[in-house]
Amino acid sequence: MTDKTDAPRPSRRRFLTGAAGLVAAGAAGAVHADDANLPPNVAPWSKTLGDGVAVRPYGHPSKFEKDVIRRDVQWLTATRESSVSFTPLHELDGIITPNGLCFERHHGGIAEIDPADYRLMIHGLVDKPLIFTLEDLKRLPRVNRIYFLECAANSGMEWRGAQLNGCQYTHGMIHSVMYTGVPLKLLLDQVGVKPNGKWLLVEGGDASGLDRSLPMEKALDDCLIAYRMNGEMLRPEQGYPVRLVVPGWQGNIWIKWLRRIEVGDQPWYTREETSKYTDLMPNGKARKFTFVMDAKSVITSPSPQAPIKKKGFLVISGLAWSGRGKIARVDVSLDGGRNWRAAKIDGPVLDKSLVRFYAETEWNGEPLLLQSRAMDDTGYVQPSKNDLRAIRGVNSIYHNNGIQTWSVKANGEVENVEVG
Amino acid sequence: MSRWVNLAAALSLTLAAPALAQSAKPHNYGIGTPATPQQIAGWNIDVRPDGEGLPPGKGSVKDGEKLYLERCAACHGEFGESAGRWPQLAQGKGTLASNDPVKTVGSYFPYASSVFDYVRHAMPFGDAQSLTNDELYAVVAFVLNLNDIVDDKFVLSKETWNQVKMPNVDGFYNDDRETTEKAFWNKSPCMKDCRAPVKITGHASVIDVTPDDKTARKGGVE
Repeated sequence: MTDKTDAPRPSRRRFLTGAAGLVAAGAAGAVHADDANLPPNVAPWSKTLGDGVAVRPYGHPSKFEKDVIRRDVQWLTATRESSVSFTPLHELDGIITPNGLCFERHHGGIAEIDPADYRLMIHGLVDKPLIFTLEDLKRLPRVNRIYFLECAANSGMEWRGAQLNGCQYTHGMIHSVMYTGVPLKLLLDQVGVKPNGKWLLVEGGDASGLDRSLPMEKALDDCLIAYRMNGEMLRPEQGYPVRLVVPGWQGNIWIKWLRRIEVGDQPWYTREETSKYTDLMPNGKARKFTFVMDAKSVITSPSPQAPIKKKGFLVISGLAWSGRGKIARVDVSLDGGRNWRAAKIDGPVLDKSLVRFYAETEWNGEPLLLQSRAMDDTGYVQPSKNDLRAIRGVNSIYHNNGIQTWSVKANGEVENVEVG
Repeated sequence: MSRWVNLAAALSLTLAAPALAQSAKPHNYGIGTPATPQQIAGWNIDVRPDGEGLPPGKGSVKDGEKLYLERCAACHGEFGESAGRWPQLAQGKGTLASNDPVKTVGSYFPYASSVFDYVRHAMPFGDAQSLTNDELYAVVAFVLNLNDIVDDKFVLSKETWNQVKMPNVDGFYNDDRETTEKAFWNKSPCMKDCRAPVKITGHASVIDVTPDDKTARKGGVE
């Protein structure tokens, strides 16, 4: 049996010449069926036995889905140990990211921690400093919550204009899973925070020892000490065995491989919250502690990595989210933001979680400028990129939640563009 | 203690007057082991701007230079100018409002502790937490000297900590999005004829920096 996904695909440069028509794009993108397997013939999988149970003791996706993977952009960073890989948003639907596809951001590589040797220390301005083993944490009452995690630098390469051609690269520093864990408030109750305890230092146990200052108010509100994602234990890339969950806030503070929490009376101003993760404004001053991720959305299909193959009925699909609460509405435009209509939201609409939206249309080869615009339940409306730039300039790196434009060409190919 | 801890807590909240509920003490699960001062000392390596957390010891610019050339310069450059894509540590003063801001210890970091704490946690890259306290002080002193923040004779220690004045200490302010970006809150955004006809002003294909990975592209919309 041949793997049909190995069929040659048009190179990016070829389709960008504009010479390739819809027929060529369709031919290359289409799945070439083998007549021997199609009705009235009977395929071999209908006649012979397949693998038995437990032959695949930990199941993997079908071999025909081998291109559904995280990818990196090597020129972005000096080394893979301190770098990022991106979630293939264009290959996914619904609101849950499979564990093996959740984007990665490490500063000192993946720490491989033996759970028997895992310890979480909580100390500082507390009545009773304590150390918890993983078994200790698992004995405590736990909760299940679905949250998105977005890196503050998601879309950061796009501040000066359209740069990367694919929503995996422009928007793929986000994932959404169900966490199981202990409310941080419950753990802080165990150590007893002193009245002057206003900030927490949260610190990872990896080779970067990433540390950040977390306001006590947020810690007591909805933060979790999580050890499971989508039911199973955290993946090593996501901080096995324990990570911090800080709903709606920038990913950098969701400390992985969490080893220590210190209670203090003021922030620490660590490197990651001063030299990094501060937003440089046009006047040369920088915003600090910009924790919350503003409302944002992106059309995942069609998109540069998911061109349109056939004329006729078309479902436009995308994701929306807000760090301030629930998504209230998503609008879609086909003409670059001149006219909008409300998209249909399908599936759960949860606090600080991804939402899936769809918009149905007929497409007959006319050029489109696709956009989506998210609104959350605080009334915040996702701004255009130019409205953001008018306030923030182009040097802030972080928090680019501007409206994305995809240009659909007559041949069904899609490109990341800027509009004015 | 009740066998049904959560149920008991829920009942007391339902039945009790608000004043009583507020006075309820958090439940102690009796889980976790006391952390000893020795255990805490081994992991408590953070340092604050006011010097809280600084270890004993000291280090000179001169000692730091030798160490820096051995352990740091391969990535950060002999003068902190950076080799390849590794972080640049020096220069960049006066660039923050320009089109090409260069963020370094001298031009951007607000506190010496932001450097000290980071080096203590993460440097040298791939050999973290290997420097002695004296080496930490020395290498941070040298990086400060590379940025003309301390002179060649400077010795960094707990005692001299407050003499270090970082140029960009006043360069930061708290998140003000909810006031300066208030216009982004709008209960009824425009739906029809919201703008003049749209022109494409930039193409990612012209920039051409997307990884050339053919498998990154699927067949088409489902």
